Amino acid sequence: MVFPGTWSDRDCAHAVLDVLQEPVRYIDHREQNVDGLELVILPGGFSYGDYLRCGAIARFAPVMEAVADFANRGGLVLGICNGFQILQEARLLPGALLRNASCEFRCEWVHLRVEQSNSAFTLDCRPGQVLRIPISHGEGNFFADPQTLDALERNGQVVFRYCAPDGRVTADSNPNGSVRNIAGISNAHGNVVGMMPHPERACEPLLGGSDGLAIFRSAIHALTRVAV
Amino acid sequence: MRYRAEIFVTLKPVVNDPAGLTIRGGLHALGFESVTEVRAGKYLVLTLDESDAAQACARVDEMARQLLANAVIEDYRIELEPVGEPAAAGERSA
Repeated sequence: MVFPGTWSDRDCAHAVLDVLQEPVRYIDHREQNVDGLELVILPGGFSYGDYLRCGAIARFAPVMEAVADFANRGGLVLGICNGFQILQEARLLPGALLRNASCEFRCEWVHLRVEQSNSAFTLDCRPGQVLRIPISHGEGNFFADPQTLDALERNGQVVFRYCAPDGRVTADSNPNGSVRNIAGISNAHGNVVGMMPHPERACEPLLGGSDGLAIFRSAIHALTRVAV
Repeated sequence: MRYRAEIFVTLKPVVNDPAGLTIRGGLHALGFESVTEVRAGKYLVLTLDESDAAQACARVDEMARQLLANAVIEDYRIELEPVGEPAAAGERSA
C-alpha cells in the first residue's frame, strides 16, 4: 500500500519479492479495490505528512474502504509503524500511538518477545521467542485504556512486547513508553496485526539480522493453510 | 450565517503527555517553578456557513468526532461565534 509519504514500501517489497520470492503488487492509495490480493501490507512512513495525527488522513484514502472489507472478510493485513497508526485510526485495531515518552525519534535495534503464535503473522514463532528487529519512530508509545488492555491480554491479542535480549520484559527495554511494553497487537481473529518495529528491515544478514522474516513467512504459511 | 469555530483538542487526563512534561521541564529550568502541570494540545479554527448556530455546532461536533480528535486519546471543546453573512449567492456566481 502506497500513500503520499509512505517510505518503507520498497523495503517491504524487497523482503517479500527478493528475499522470499513471492509476487508483490504496489497498491496506490487512489485504487478502489484490493481484489486478488492475499496479503495487504501498510508500510511505514509519514502518510500525508502525519498532519493532524499519524494515520488520521490516510484512513480516508479511497483504497482504505477496500482494505477494511478485505480485513473484515478475514484477509491478512499487516500494518508496520505508520501502517499500524493507520489501522488504529481506521478502527481495525484498538488503541492509539502517542508521542514517545522521551519526545525523541528512536531509531535502533530492539528485542521483541513473541507473546502468542496464533496470529497469522506469528504462526512460525513460538511464544516466548525473542526476535531482534529495528524500530524507527517518534510516535510509537502504545496506549489503550485499562479495560481495552485487559481485553487484549485476555484474548491473546498482545502479539509482541519489547524485552531484554534474554526475553525479560523490563522498563529499560521499552524504547518509547508503551503501556505494558506492547510493541504489536492483533485484532480478535488474528488476521490483522499492527506493530511498530520494522520486520522488513531485518530480512537478511546484510541488514544486520533476518529475524523479521519469521513474520512474513508466518503469513505465507497462514495463507497456504487457508488454501488447503 | 457564517460562523467561526475554534476547536481545542487535548489529550485526555488519563493519557500521559510527554510534550507537556517536557515543556514543564523547560519552564522550571527558566525559573517558573510555580508551574505544576502543562498539557499540550491542538488548536484549530474553521470558518463555515450554516443555517444557524445549533446546526453549526452540530456539524463541527461531528467533524471533531470523525476526524479532528481521536476519541481513544483526546478530548475536544468547541467555541463558536457568528462572523456575519456569507457572500450573497449572486456575488459568488459572478
